[in-house]
Amino acid sequence: MLDSKIPEGAIETKWSKYKSSVPLVNPSNKRNLEVLIIGSGLAGASAAAALAELGYKVKAFCFQDSPRRAHSIAAQGGINAAKNYQNDGDSTYRLFYDTIKGGDYRSREGNVHRLAEVSTSIIDQCVAQGVPFAREYGGLLSNRSFGGTQVQRTFYAAGQTGQQLLLGAYSSLERQVGMGTVQMFSRHEMLDVVKIEGKARGIIAKNLITGKLERFFGHAVLLCTGGYGNVFYLSTNAMGANVTAAWRAHKQGALMGNPCFTQIHPTCIPVSGDHQSKLTLMSESLRNDGRIWVPKKQGDDRSPNDIPEEERDYYLERKYPAFGNLVPRDVASRAAKERCDAGFGVGPSKMAVYLDFKFNMMRYGRVEATKNGLANASDDEILKLGKDVIKEKYGNLFDMYKQITGENPYETSMRIYPAVHYTMGGLWVDYDLMTTVPGMYCLGEANFSDHGANRLGASALMQGLADGYFVIPYTIGSYLNKEIATKAIPTNHPAFEEAEQKVQGILSKLIGIKGSKTVESFHKRLGKIMWDKCGMARNEKGLKEAIEEIKALRNEFWSDVRVPGSQFEFNPELDKASRVADFLELGELMCIDALNRNESCGGHFREESQTEEGEALRDDANFAYVAAWEFKGESDWQLHKEELKFENIKIAQRSYK
Amino acid sequence: MEIKLKVWKQKDAVSEGRLIDYNVNHVSPDMSFLEMFDVLNEELIVKGEEPIAFDHDCREGICGMCSMVINGRPHGPLEGVTTCQLHMRSFKDGDTIVVEPWRAQAFPVLKDLVVNRTAFDRIIAAGGFISVNTGNAQDANNLPIKKEDADDAFMSASCIGCGACVAACKNASAMLFVSAKVSQLAKLPQGQPERYTRVAAMVAQMDKEGFGACTNTGACSAECPKEISLTNIALMNRDYMQAKFLENE
Ligand SMILES: Cc1cc2nc3c(=O)[nH]c(=O)nc-3n(C[C@H](O)[C@H](O)[C@H](O)COP(=O)(O)OP(=O)(O)OC[C@H]3O[C@@H](n4cnc5c(N)ncnc54)[C@H](O)[C@@H]3O)c2cc1C
Ligand code: SF4
Ligand code: FES
Repeated sequence: MLDSKIPEGAIETKWSKYKSSVPLVNPSNKRNLEVLIIGSGLAGASAAAALAELGYKVKAFCFQDSPRRAHSIAAQGGINAAKNYQNDGDSTYRLFYDTIKGGDYRSREGNVHRLAEVSTSIIDQCVAQGVPFAREYGGLLSNRSFGGTQVQRTFYAAGQTGQQLLLGAYSSLERQVGMGTVQMFSRHEMLDVVKIEGKARGIIAKNLITGKLERFFGHAVLLCTGGYGNVFYLSTNAMGANVTAAWRAHKQGALMGNPCFTQIHPTCIPVSGDHQSKLTLMSESLRNDGRIWVPKKQGDDRSPNDIPEEERDYYLERKYPAFGNLVPRDVASRAAKERCDAGFGVGPSKMAVYLDFKFNMMRYGRVEATKNGLANASDDEILKLGKDVIKEKYGNLFDMYKQITGENPYETSMRIYPAVHYTMGGLWVDYDLMTTVPGMYCLGEANFSDHGANRLGASALMQGLADGYFVIPYTIGSYLNKEIATKAIPTNHPAFEEAEQKVQGILSKLIGIKGSKTVESFHKRLGKIMWDKCGMARNEKGLKEAIEEIKALRNEFWSDVRVPGSQFEFNPELDKASRVADFLELGELMCIDALNRNESCGGHFREESQTEEGEALRDDANFAYVAAWEFKGESDWQLHKEELKFENIKIAQRSYK
Repeated sequence: MEIKLKVWKQKDAVSEGRLIDYNVNHVSPDMSFLEMFDVLNEELIVKGEEPIAFDHDCREGICGMCSMVINGRPHGPLEGVTTCQLHMRSFKDGDTIVVEPWRAQAFPVLKDLVVNRTAFDRIIAAGGFISVNTGNAQDANNLPIKKEDADDAFMSASCIGCGACVAACKNASAMLFVSAKVSQLAKLPQGQPERYTRVAAMVAQMDKEGFGACTNTGACSAECPKEISLTNIALMNRDYMQAKFLENE
């Protein structure tokens, strides 16, 4: 049984007690303690800045050319915080409750409560850094709603919230770089962890410009390397997003928690053809002002503007009157799939539903008309005023939609379909965010911790910054205070030598195969298996097939992949090959995990386990646990369980009706 | 569609580069410009030729990583659109397209279309921040900010750090990039305490990195995919004068 090290005591006091009793490291010792931070997204950049401010010596890494380009930059809709600025009944408890319920009762109470507690400080910190959140005319911060909640607690900056938050964290990071307390290594990819006497003591990283392997020592290593949604090939993640750092750590002893928990986001731009390299999200915030529908008639080919109101089925509003268009993502995605599978899909592929803004444009337009004293405004004038409001809120998203599809969403309904977006699963961590390898931590999307089987919108940004700014600065002390006597270990230590040789072996092997098929072609095939058999709906037969297919594909990869060029040059194909090699192992574990979890919960929908209405049916008697997998060897994992106890929330069947 | 490409190939930072011809058949108008490169690279790899290296990541126009000069224009023919958001429907069957890297002394080519833009990071490290340690902040709503000011600051803050402004400028000046950050922070109350030291430090670093002088041509803003306005440069010039004045006091 795994120990999550949740502090004793009432839920409201666990974190404050922890903070006041955790051992401290005095400033002069901090200067001798080195921390390696892999990743410069919200989690990594905030951790690097916060730890350097405290006095630790930090080295930070990212594979892009600048830390500012980490994929957090692409987050659109917003960040949650229990500020209750809207006076609509929000509180720490309610954010805690919504997150546990939204996650379908598969997350840890202690961690989630802490997250809700620190959420408010995040907004304060970001505003102090100059993050230009949206504001009301009175000069105070504005909020919007997100799915799975009935309060307005989401802070935002147009449809570019991730960008603004990351640039805030990045500027704090660069400030420390300027002061010499952080050394930044961009275009560096971590390819292994170095362990000495069981503890994480460093990493091997590839300099992506020269191709050389480099060694770095650290008293602790923080993996802040993001999610692994790209195992599906097509996802809303950036092209470079990968699992390699976490996976190599997993193979060194870090357990992988709930790897099958994947979030499929309901509102993405549909696939347009075989050339498709990635999918683009249309933020959940659009569901604030957009209504999702399909024609009532199957195979209705009319243009959406020609389909009158009474012939439209606003199926979310029909099926879930209490939450309507704001049901959580897993529910909305499955509902879209159900309608398309039943023959009501729209667009060229018939694998899409409509998202329409006209209703709310008119609503906003009327408010504007009244405000401006235009009592007799025509419908066209009202619509125009409404469009301007929508433009201010979501302009960049509408532009993006137009760029990609060639259609103007101000004039016609958007076509959308679910796509892989986020991974709730990740490296298992305890309350301190430490993995099962001492000295190795995992923060942000890369860990499994807070979102259970389904993440609520606007909660990943919150978690990334909570982990980096407000959790790790405290929890790392409980480990490093015992390390003050450990001198920096020279990187010619045999453990570094051995780790480097292992990595070198993998790279040489990849280049040496000189087969006939491209890395991309393998990645696409893996993605198809995962999407078809471990995607929005899963069943025993499909998962068993997928496991065999992935194994076969992996064998084919290792005998027939073609990686052009050599190692010691700028060689993106080689880097991609090493990432896809890891996806080919991860995919198998995801299917094993999905097969093991013979219940439906959140985004994990086992067809064998559903209610009469087709909703996810949990099996709390048998599956109220975190599945944490230990790597034993190729295709061989051992399951460890962390029992989930609900002491503050009554566990219930989720209902958004 | 069939597209002819002339693409800059350069082995590494020290080698000479030149334009190489490629043909891409079966281009769909719904493909993005980078997806056309993906298709071409797949073909090249299978044929045993070297693929073309280019920078990209988010493919959503927000990370600032993609960076191609397309027919002489950074990020191509459309206004307010990054390379990754450009789609082939903007081109015609049979078109010849010339694709080159950003060209600037401060952005040396690493390979083919990939350049080194770390100079931008160093400019931010010199002063592009507000000095506030984690946990120091007061409640976010204690300091109301006029909506117009917040919106203005946001407009400046939407710079993606791509460097197209530098590539577009005949002097390879980084004024638009630097001024966007300077203005964002100058427009907010939180940015006031360091307002003048910030601009002085950032401009000094910019000069040190070897970016050229600004001659107010405006090519930067015209080619900027986020349509960062020239008024940012005007504000920065004013603040810089003020900073120098204060230094001499
Ligand atoms: C399109 C989109 C929109 C989203 N919108 C929202 C939203 O509105 N609200 C919300 O809360 N969440 C949103 N999310 C989710 C959220 O953005 C992410 O979960 C979060 O930003 C992840 O942050 P991170 O710091 O964990 O990782 P990332 O930001 O992904 O950063 C990962 C970092 O790790 C580095 N890295 C990875 N592997 C290696 C390696 N081997 N070696 C060296 N470096 C490595 C990368 O270079 C990068 O710096 C969105 C996600 C997407 C894809
Ligand atoms: S100012 Fe515009 S062109 Fe220059 S870096 Fe910023 S976004 Fe790119
Ligand atoms: S790839 Fe991110 S902006 Fe183009």
